[in-house]
Amino acid sequence: MSTEVAAPALAGTARPGHRRSLPATPVLVGAVIVGLLGLAALLAPLIAPYGENQVDFLHALESPSLAHPMGTDDAGRDILSRSLYGLRLDLAVVLFVTYIPLPIGVLLGSIAGYFGRGVDSVMARLADVMLAFPFFVLVIAIIAITGPGLKGVLIGVPLAGWALYFRLARSEMLVLREQPFMLATTGLGYSRPRAILRHAVPNLMRTALIYSTLDMVVNLLLLASLSYLGLGKQPPGAELGTIIAGGQSYLLSAWWIATLPGLVLVAFGVGVGLIGDGLSDGRLRSEAA
Amino acid sequence: MSDLLSIRGLRVEFGPSVAVHDVSLTVRPGEFVGLVGESGSGKSLTCRSILRLIPPPGRTSRGEISFDGRDVMAMSHDELRAFRGHDVGTIFQDPFSSLNPVFRVGDQLAETLRLNAGMGKREAKVRATELLDHVGIPDPARRYLSYPHELSGGMRQRVMIAIAIAAKPRLLIADEPTTALDVTTQAQILELLARLRREHDMAVLLVSHDFGVIAQVCDRLAVMYGGHVVETGTVGTLYQRPEHPYTRALLESVPSLESAGSAQRRPAIPGQPPELTETLPGCVFAPRCRFARPECQTISMALERVGPEHETACPIRPFATAPSAMRERAS
Repeated sequence: MSTEVAAPALAGTARPGHRRSLPATPVLVGAVIVGLLGLAALLAPLIAPYGENQVDFLHALESPSLAHPMGTDDAGRDILSRSLYGLRLDLAVVLFVTYIPLPIGVLLGSIAGYFGRGVDSVMARLADVMLAFPFFVLVIAIIAITGPGLKGVLIGVPLAGWALYFRLARSEMLVLREQPFMLATTGLGYSRPRAILRHAVPNLMRTALIYSTLDMVVNLLLLASLSYLGLGKQPPGAELGTIIAGGQSYLLSAWWIATLPGLVLVAFGVGVGLIGDGLSDGRLRSEAA
Repeated sequence: MSDLLSIRGLRVEFGPSVAVHDVSLTVRPGEFVGLVGESGSGKSLTCRSILRLIPPPGRTSRGEISFDGRDVMAMSHDELRAFRGHDVGTIFQDPFSSLNPVFRVGDQLAETLRLNAGMGKREAKVRATELLDHVGIPDPARRYLSYPHELSGGMRQRVMIAIAIAAKPRLLIADEPTTALDVTTQAQILELLARLRREHDMAVLLVSHDFGVIAQVCDRLAVMYGGHVVETGTVGTLYQRPEHPYTRALLESVPSLESAGSAQRRPAIPGQPPELTETLPGCVFAPRCRFARPECQTISMALERVGPEHETACPIRPFATAPSAMRERAS
């Protein structure tokens, strides 16, 4: 801890005004949190002390102990093991529903922004329709068609999610296409796909990626809420929202069932948020320079 | 010798506004031509129309542009791409935003070599380093790896020039390449352009609002005002015997060494350049002209030949017998 505090002070005195030397502490902390959680989720089958649905009625509703670091639930299932498996599933789903719409939205948005006029009007109105429709209602409507389970989430979230990335990319492209270096791509006789994909998109990925960190947290909470409502992952499958929902009736007698998995969610959200903050700070800094 | 580039009767409109009225301009192979005029006179748009780069809603509503006998206005999309890539190189005014900020400058140059000069990846890299050296960038192998923000304005303009000449174009269009640079760097960039033009035997069309810049390097120049070319001629002719009152007024407003330290102010041209939306009958310069007469309202602004390589749009010719501005100044 002491080194962490000392480092920025040292850098500040040694090279005053050199902002790049300031360590990006938030990003680092965020990356450590997300990295640890990601690793734990990835290695869940190896490091989980018990099975995902290993029932042990003799040790039901036990408070956290050495044998069960996060306690057990009403069926004696180990909360830590279930949280690890739950996190694994949650992260996989969240990565899918965040990073599938991102490239689609960015691509369509940059095309709309680059060409403008007719192409832009049609695509932008389509995105407006997607955004005007309440997101949660749309996902629930799709679940009503597909039936409860993750399928509805996997279809519903990307269906609306691309529109936000579309808007971000489009508005950045409107600025970007007026830049002389974009004009130069035309002046040099480069093809339009090359101008858009190779020259413009790398310039607008950053905003989309920063936004995606926020989007990931939103999607994680959405998934957990849907499961909590009984529309996501179905019991007995382990998913953080399902575990929390199962523990809510024991909130007074066995607080750990709902609280500890909830804290895992919070930790992930904070970690991702810190990374996003750090990235956008870096962006502001580089733009100010 | 036949013309490399020939523009006839070019007109560029932006909705109801007419930015370029009637411009005719020729560039011969290997010639260094200057296009001079104040802001809004239509110089940049004239240049952009050569590559058909007029941004919408602007459009080239009239005129012929031919390059080496080929009709630029009639080119298909693919022909146009090849034309832009191979035949004409362009340098833009602002070196700070003309390079893509997220790529290394060497890679941007190598990309042009691969796409427009048909080189392989490795060959392009070697050639890119050579080109960086050629345009006067010290330590080119290291600079190849630099990002645009790590280079000074002059350096970036050199990289832009390297990109523009990468495909060995026969015409280089330089749209105010030195405006954003300080005076020492300006001189170096002009020297570089002059040297490259000699070594590569390419024609250069240099746009500037600065007579000093033009005089240093150009063979011939065209003076633009209010969307018209008002006078063309060799640099020597226009300096010694300007025929158009606007050219003369421009020359008189350039500070000279002789006038340095004197309390006398440089004469300025009274009034403002014309609005794009108004189309004046007769001569566009008449409202600001010291020598304006009633018939100026009705004259045509067609260029009239008044000497070898010398054409003017002023049929009044108030200086036809008067001593030139330069001689006046020298005495």
